[in-house]
Amino acid sequence: MSEDRLSRVFAALADPTRRDLVARLSSADATVGELAAPYDVSLQAVSKHVKVLEDAGLVSRESRRAPVRLEAEVFDLMTKWIERYQQQAEERYQRLDALLAEMQGSTPSRESSRAEDAS
Amino acid sequence: MTTTKHETTIEASKETPTITIVREFDAPPELVFRAHAEKELYAKWLGPRDIDMNITEWDFRTGGSWAYSAERDGDEFTQFFGSFHEVRENERIVQTFTWRGAPDGASLEFLTLEPLPGGRTRLTGLSVVESFETQAAIMASGMEKGVLQGYEQLDELLAELS
Repeated sequence: MSEDRLSRVFAALADPTRRDLVARLSSADATVGELAAPYDVSLQAVSKHVKVLEDAGLVSRESRRAPVRLEAEVFDLMTKWIERYQQQAEERYQRLDALLAEMQGSTPSRESSRAEDAS
Repeated sequence: MTTTKHETTIEASKETPTITIVREFDAPPELVFRAHAEKELYAKWLGPRDIDMNITEWDFRTGGSWAYSAERDGDEFTQFFGSFHEVRENERIVQTFTWRGAPDGASLEFLTLEPLPGGRTRLTGLSVVESFETQAAIMASGMEKGVLQGYEQLDELLAELS
């Protein structure tokens, strides 16, 4: 994904209303009218938000009145971001596991030295 | 479920621009704390094996500061720095974190260590960032590094989306 596209995606998702729209579209396609119903804002305002999501390539629609659809690949991308991030953190903590095992092997922890003292 | 559960959980909150990481370790809080406190120990697990983390500044105390750079094949390619806001032995480390690639950004990180039965520890890391945009960028950074590490499937996905 180009830098430009990525920054448009981040900017589009920086807004809480737009994140909410994306979350709702993840369960089903909906028209701008349907999307606007639960909010206390004008149809025009929601339409603008949808336009931002559209420009970022997060959603698409065949015409202005057609249902808005979430681009599945973007949804996959978000899931992959989180999975990769989780995997990286896990790899880092596995290195810490190894270090902790090493520390416990060479220098007994306070609990085990106490146990040794008691025996 | 076994007593030794190691899975890292990550949560990017939708309500606030925060990221929470939870992980358990088969070692008491004293050791987990030491692995974060001592420069030589921290350097051992900080970065991936193909990357050398060079800790250039390390003053691990309340009000202290830290900095490190990342090198691959002897070439420095990125730097990070921050301050230790509060260090509470074996319990809590609060620090700031800035990646030099985005010098105007900073996150505030709360790391807490909780003792578990059997000499184990639960580590919880809460990062507060300045915007949801940054939160998304941080989540995406895992992807960026994945590509650097040669994950072909990510290259393919990026190609599809470009």
